[in-house]
Amino acid sequence: MTASTQPLRAFSDAGPVSRSYRRFLGRASITLLAVMILSAYLLPLLYMVTTAFQQPGQASTPGSPVYPAEPRVGVYQGAEYPIYTVPIDGVERQLMLIVKGREQSTFVDPNDPTTAPIEWVGRWRTLEQSWTFAPEVDNFTTAWSQLNFPRLLFNTAAIAVLSTIGAVASSAIVAYGFARFRFPGRNILFVVLLGTIILPFQVTLIPTYIIFTQLGWNGTWLPLIVPHLFANAYNVFLLRQYFMTIPRDLDEAALIDGASPFRVFRSVILPLSVPAIVAVTLFHFFFAWNDFFLPLLYLAGKPEIQPLSIAIQHYNALYSTQPTLIQAAALMTMAVPVVVFFLAQRFYMQGVVATGVEK
Amino acid sequence: MSDTSEALAVPVVRVDQRKPRLHLTPARREALWGLVFIGPWLIGLVLFTAGPMIASFVLSLTNYDLLRPESIQFVGIDNYTRMTTDPNVAKAIQVTFIFAAIAIPLTMLSSLTFAALLNSRRLFGKSFFRTLFYMPVQIPLVASTLVWVGFLNTETGWLNEILGFFGLPQPDWINSEVWIYPALSIIGLWGIGNFMLINLAGMQSVPTELYDAARIDGAGAWKQFRHVTIPMISPILLYNLIIALVGTFQYFTQAYVITNGRGDPNNATLFINLDLFREAFVFNKMGYGSAIAWLLFVFVMILTIAILGAARGRVYYAGGDR
Repeated sequence: MTASTQPLRAFSDAGPVSRSYRRFLGRASITLLAVMILSAYLLPLLYMVTTAFQQPGQASTPGSPVYPAEPRVGVYQGAEYPIYTVPIDGVERQLMLIVKGREQSTFVDPNDPTTAPIEWVGRWRTLEQSWTFAPEVDNFTTAWSQLNFPRLLFNTAAIAVLSTIGAVASSAIVAYGFARFRFPGRNILFVVLLGTIILPFQVTLIPTYIIFTQLGWNGTWLPLIVPHLFANAYNVFLLRQYFMTIPRDLDEAALIDGASPFRVFRSVILPLSVPAIVAVTLFHFFFAWNDFFLPLLYLAGKPEIQPLSIAIQHYNALYSTQPTLIQAAALMTMAVPVVVFFLAQRFYMQGVVATGVEK
Repeated sequence: MSDTSEALAVPVVRVDQRKPRLHLTPARREALWGLVFIGPWLIGLVLFTAGPMIASFVLSLTNYDLLRPESIQFVGIDNYTRMTTDPNVAKAIQVTFIFAAIAIPLTMLSSLTFAALLNSRRLFGKSFFRTLFYMPVQIPLVASTLVWVGFLNTETGWLNEILGFFGLPQPDWINSEVWIYPALSIIGLWGIGNFMLINLAGMQSVPTELYDAARIDGAGAWKQFRHVTIPMISPILLYNLIIALVGTFQYFTQAYVITNGRGDPNNATLFINLDLFREAFVFNKMGYGSAIAWLLFVFVMILTIAILGAARGRVYYAGGDR
């Protein structure tokens, strides 16, 4: 776009310096645009962090700053007084309000409380109160104990770990079957597998629920774990794509040495597929971590074994009038997935692309 | 795909000839092993997909109530005829379609725009931006919904304060029957990360010769995007559209979190999936719930087929008709 083609060059009187300058300008403006869009996109996160550290009620106090803050106070004769910005003789001064009057009030300089009080004519209500940056961590400790957060973390992690182990192991085995063996109906079965991606789960939901309830599994973790032992389309697809990139010579060599297909899978395929296994593990782990519908269905009446997602929703229903608590809880809920994402982002990016582009 | 594998399969045959353990031809043995390996999925397909699908259809022809299973009766298509007069179902269909009409185009456009921005040769720090644009997908849906509900709050949220600063109207996003759809669509913007990455990967695989050729023909940036990028990634756009459609018709969590499952305001968030959830699991009408599930399934199927049909001839497959 910026690179002009050869014939045009003769007509341009711009030297190489100004051209590279213009190119820099082009890059800077695109980057600036990206910064602006990104800032708008992530602004709610700033709102969350800010609110989570505010004192309850700060946001609805008129004249309060956006950042977490508390009113500044000073000490005069053993008592605390609020500090206001007072314009005196064209100079704005930070003064303690000692005596509130309708048309006239008394102020004292907090830096030098021994000096004579200042009488100020005017309505103190029109003055701006002075605030100081003060992050409030009580929101976190309150939400932490009200939610019994350690218990929720344990429940969430336990469900996610158990279902991930089952899902990844079974999906890897199935993917190996699709990637390396020819059997009648393979292509049709693979299309059926892909079809289950767009099959709305509601159409199997109710009978499954009835069966799990009859088995006495309602109110336990089993409905959230057992179905994942049978592989799922996303994981199988991603792993199969990866397995197919592994040269067959390696399998063949192992087979000649007398290895069984299971042995080939364990000793050849799996060690060479670590990036894909990690990606699938991460995807599934956080799918299970974030899942809402099924835990709601099976664990709604069991607070002691609920995962985070359900407990946080319930907490919001109880405390929705206290945004400071809710935002602190939201921040705590997203901490683990977001931190893990930043640590392992490469695996995520590759995994998403592999599922989407190949077919 | 199978060229190399067939060429390499020769040594296996030799091994089997040397050591025949079972009375199976190599091809049969291979097929058997294949079935063993895909076995877990096949069992799951029968137990958790095919079986329940049939059962769900049968249930939809009954009045099954989980609390009174013994009084189950075959009612024919009563559940389906009842849906045609059920105001909640009509509302749910209306709500879901309105939302789909706003959210799906917004998702497609924004994910395409973001990908184009990230694909720009003039952007500094691409991987930095890519990571941060993708990151909101990682936030648990319940948590991100709570963040947005706070952000959109009319009293203490930031969005209306910003709108007010620019002298723009400050709608009551969450409690208005009209504004709830734009609000939910905006919340949905945090879910476009996967679409964006897939678009981006598609754009990166467009051969640069095509752009060079277009430039020589005098195409500017927009024309290159419109006439080279878009056709070349059209299969990916089609894939994204279908995934977005399926997701939108199963919309649930955000609506449930915002209204605690009530469907407020005035049933404006009574999505089909929420109506199904209430009928089946709150009122225990499993037969009727199954019928609603099949309605949802039929909608998704018809729309998917319609999209695939409309896309025929408009989607360009560079690698032939695979």
